Amino acid sequence: MAKAGSNLNLDGQGNPVWLLLELTYRCPLKCAFCSNPTDLAAHPDELTTAEWKSVIRDARDMGAMQIGFSGGEPTLRKDLEELVAEANALGYYTNLITSGIGLTRKRLEDLKQAGLRHIQLGFQSSNPETAHWLAGVDCYDKKLRIAREIKDLGFPMVLNVPISSLNIHQVPEIIALAADIGVEYLELANVQYYNWALVNRDQLMPTREALAMAEAQVADARKQLGDRMTIFFVIPDYYEGRPKACMNGWGSIHLTIAPDGMVLPCSQARTLPGLHFPNVRDHDLGWIWHQSESFNRYRGDDWMKEPCRSCTEKEHDFGGCRCQAMLLTGDAANADPACSKSPHHHLVREAVARAGATRQDHRMLIARDAGWHPTEG
Amino acid sequence: MADSNNHNSLPRFRIAPVFMFRWEESQQAFVLMYPEGIVKLNTTAGEILNRCNGLNTLSDIVLELSELFSEQPDFIEPRVRQFLEVCHGKGWIQSES
Repeated sequence: MAKAGSNLNLDGQGNPVWLLLELTYRCPLKCAFCSNPTDLAAHPDELTTAEWKSVIRDARDMGAMQIGFSGGEPTLRKDLEELVAEANALGYYTNLITSGIGLTRKRLEDLKQAGLRHIQLGFQSSNPETAHWLAGVDCYDKKLRIAREIKDLGFPMVLNVPISSLNIHQVPEIIALAADIGVEYLELANVQYYNWALVNRDQLMPTREALAMAEAQVADARKQLGDRMTIFFVIPDYYEGRPKACMNGWGSIHLTIAPDGMVLPCSQARTLPGLHFPNVRDHDLGWIWHQSESFNRYRGDDWMKEPCRSCTEKEHDFGGCRCQAMLLTGDAANADPACSKSPHHHLVREAVARAGATRQDHRMLIARDAGWHPTEG
Repeated sequence: MADSNNHNSLPRFRIAPVFMFRWEESQQAFVLMYPEGIVKLNTTAGEILNRCNGLNTLSDIVLELSELFSEQPDFIEPRVRQFLEVCHGKGWIQSES
């Protein structure tokens, strides 16, 4: 996921530290903010159990320590327990990133037995109706039940709630619900506008006023809750004026494997035109990471143009997100337009203004689905 | 390892269950891993946490560290104590009496 970068205070010394396996693009939900590709059906050929195990071993040999099992919905893979067991035996810290749909008490027990360390549960809202609008299916009760089962089995848990215009006013209730479930970490991650979320950007983007209020509510809750729960509030970069230090830099510590074996610096990158990402079925993982053209294209800072090249912040934010630069400016080597120094920053300001002028109505959301094609240019 | 008979009531330290602590060959360091995060520890920090195994008290850890680094226990003790307090504050370790 195009997050601001995971919480890592070490570098990989040239090797990957974080391995994200997108086991499948299949998912029972139809979230309007999904970060999977919009041409879901174009990549049906998933790696086999043996192929995934080989990837897990190869990345561990290269130095990867954290592994995320994601998707789509990873629990749709019947071999999830087997893959978790393999990763755990190799010494990874194992993370499951799930919607909760597809989990049962029995499967949670089996995953615990396999050595799963942590579960990140995606949650849409503290309100069942809002959750239905955002996820495209009625899933609130099921998710809440599974959240309580996860805690009952003693898993550390992150409740991840993507924040948009539809649920930003519910932040205090969401925090109260998370505290009631007893999660260790609540991540209120403002939706980032890629893929399905970009399709729905005008509908999903909250106003600056709503954001300021939510931030104040989070600050209050932190004071009240103290050590009981850690709340992360991931600011939307469209409003920040500063770009996120995306993935800690291209090909720096993050390695993502798509369901069909395509190897990516981040899960959004497959949509970048002009780059041919290698596949683990054709090439050695070490060669892909160290030698392939696609992993070296935006590594370091030789590729940078102005204003990034001479910018004093380039070692902190790496010029922001290459995918966002591509999506909004047409050239991935441009500065991320979320940056106020970018000559394209007006595109972000215009998008904010357009969303602000849009009559936001949940019935206008386009649900993630196979076979969707844009009707506008 | 400490003789447990003569300090039964003293707190013993262990790594909190959310965290996974181990030696990482590729980093040549002890690491502490947790949901979506990793901390790479320097040599002394790693050696202290490596002794937070649910059995050792502060004095046990001080004694072993003083041998390992050839320092006087009086010199080591305040430093270990301070680091354990930091670790406790971060939620990395728990103490049990």
